[in-house]
Amino acid sequence: MSAPRSPEPEGGRWPGPRELLLFTALVALGAVAGGLPHQRAATPGGTVELLNASYDPTRELYSEVNAAFARDWKQRTGQEVVIRQSHGGSGKQARAVVDGLEADVVTLALGWDVDAIARAGLLPASWQQRLPQRSAPYTSTIVFLVRKGNPKKIHDWPDLVRPDVAVVTPSPKSSGGARWNYLAAWGQAARRGGEAAAREYVRRLYRNVPVLDSGARGATTTFARRGIGDVLLAWENEALLAVEKLGPDRLEVVVPPVSILAEPPVALVDAVVDARGTRPVAQAYLEFLYSEEGQRIAARNHFRPRSEAAARLQPLPALERFTVDEAFGGWRNAQATHFADGGTFDQIYAPGGGRT
Amino acid sequence: MDPRPGGGAVKVTGAVREQLPVAGPASVRPPPGDGAGGGARAPGAAGEAVGAPAERSSRPRRPATEDPAWIRRGLTALALGFLALFVGLPVAAVLSEAFSKGAALYLAALREPEALAAIRLTLLTAGIAVPLNAAFGLAAAWSVTRFRYRGKDLLLSLIDLPFGVSPVIAGMVIVLLFGARGLLGPWLVAHGCRIVFAIPGVVLATVFVTFPFVARELIPFLEAQGTEEEEAALTLGASGWQIFTRVTLPNVRWSLLYGLVLCNARAMGEFGAVSVVSGHVRGLTDTIPLHVEILYDEYDFAAAFAVASLLLLLAVLTLAAKQLLEWRAGGRGAPHGSRS
Repeated sequence: MSAPRSPEPEGGRWPGPRELLLFTALVALGAVAGGLPHQRAATPGGTVELLNASYDPTRELYSEVNAAFARDWKQRTGQEVVIRQSHGGSGKQARAVVDGLEADVVTLALGWDVDAIARAGLLPASWQQRLPQRSAPYTSTIVFLVRKGNPKKIHDWPDLVRPDVAVVTPSPKSSGGARWNYLAAWGQAARRGGEAAAREYVRRLYRNVPVLDSGARGATTTFARRGIGDVLLAWENEALLAVEKLGPDRLEVVVPPVSILAEPPVALVDAVVDARGTRPVAQAYLEFLYSEEGQRIAARNHFRPRSEAAARLQPLPALERFTVDEAFGGWRNAQATHFADGGTFDQIYAPGGGRT
Repeated sequence: MDPRPGGGAVKVTGAVREQLPVAGPASVRPPPGDGAGGGARAPGAAGEAVGAPAERSSRPRRPATEDPAWIRRGLTALALGFLALFVGLPVAAVLSEAFSKGAALYLAALREPEALAAIRLTLLTAGIAVPLNAAFGLAAAWSVTRFRYRGKDLLLSLIDLPFGVSPVIAGMVIVLLFGARGLLGPWLVAHGCRIVFAIPGVVLATVFVTFPFVARELIPFLEAQGTEEEEAALTLGASGWQIFTRVTLPNVRWSLLYGLVLCNARAMGEFGAVSVVSGHVRGLTDTIPLHVEILYDEYDFAAAFAVASLLLLLAVLTLAAKQLLEWRAGGRGAPHGSRS
């Protein structure tokens, strides 16, 4: 545009374009290199650091577990341990670990996501057999969160597909919790009337969903803070926490007679703990979740602990729970049939609310 | 904060050129030695640049169009009303939420170690990104406006690229390049370098998203300015470096500063790209915007808004700095002094 009327040919004087670009590139490289030393040191001064990559509704649970474990570990070994937390959608977290997030342990929403990490070769395919109870130290289930006084009289799954009920649930494509929601809905309908009935039930259920959030926490906020919908399908722990934090005078939990047994698994990421030399402490951290103290903390945070004694501290209503293995033949099958592209969810869910 | 489209800026340039003879070149052009002279038309804000020439040319003859008072007042009221609704109200909401549990809790939320870590990381990131983009912006603007070479148009388009793509994509590209399964990732991991899900990744993403700001601010200005002063310096025997430091740099300094202010604001506020590459490790790779999201997700609304108010404070400071720069640039040696 502005023609250089420079009398001398370019390159004849010092800061020619090439030199300047080179200079810029050097500065950029320098800055990147300058950023490198700010790394997680393995053991600076006797302190060991762990990173726990977890899903959304476990924030409160693990902030309590981490403090308790750090005390316990210090008592047993004299070593300080600092546990860092990273939270996000379960699938996204698995993806991040595969892409290089240096998590020593993962505590995710469903086994499928840990399988994804195993497929990347960061931990063995047999990870689920390495810890008791199929690597799930606590369980949960899917319940209904409704407005105080249950104005729409929602008590069981068939109530959710009534035309006057708006249901809030995140997208099973992106949220681990939403997959449990979906499978709970499908499984209970299949038990009542077989596969065809289940398909019809789930189709009608998602027709009642006004917004598909991408994660469980987002859906809870949509329902509780923004006041959208009549019922939220949620993790039991998430629903109870929402009641506790956002007001027992505004929300209440309805436990259906039948739901799914949700087993959020925990696992050691072998590639990371071996590279960082943190295997013993990471292993102890996961085992701590099975200890009486760990189980009590899980119970206090509205999970269903495996330990009977801990469960009695914070009794939760009894209900019949079916497993993914009995109802769907395992996560691999459930994933392929229902959530893969072109799977059942894609077939029944028409974005944009479908129709009347 | 939104960038002006490049096309508009170029048009402005043309307008400024055309106006020069009308206003009288002698009065506009200060002696080359007077560094501030270039600042006259140079607040860098295109909005002003558009306004200024028109004003200048219309000054001698009385304006051809004088809108009725009710239109002027009506438009002003509309603009102010819109501003109140879309800026004032949210700002008030953030502040009232932030202080909803009292000033003590507000301060406690900011003094929490994780909040402090987020603030530190944000400052560090901006501290690296802004100087880097100053260097890059100057180099790019200088090279684009002062030299003729092949691939110049390509360079111009590339500079605009970060404005064109979604920041999320920028983040993903960094993961694709530097992630453990990415192009360069395995080699980096083998050499003990962590980029993605660590601080360098956050910095890289921020640099990528902010790099057009300075260059985009400088290019129209340097084009409008032309090369006469530099040629004069050359005929007087100045070396390339002397020309750059004594003629070009003083001329562009207000545009440069303005670009840096915008760049800094964006660097501190960037969410999308940083969110993809940060890994969200609390107290380690969370920046202020990410920390706000975490607190919000934890139902800790008062704390979330308290930390968000820091970003708000930054916005206010940015605005003040921008105003100050425009005022200084306008006041200093401006041939037609009366501005605002």
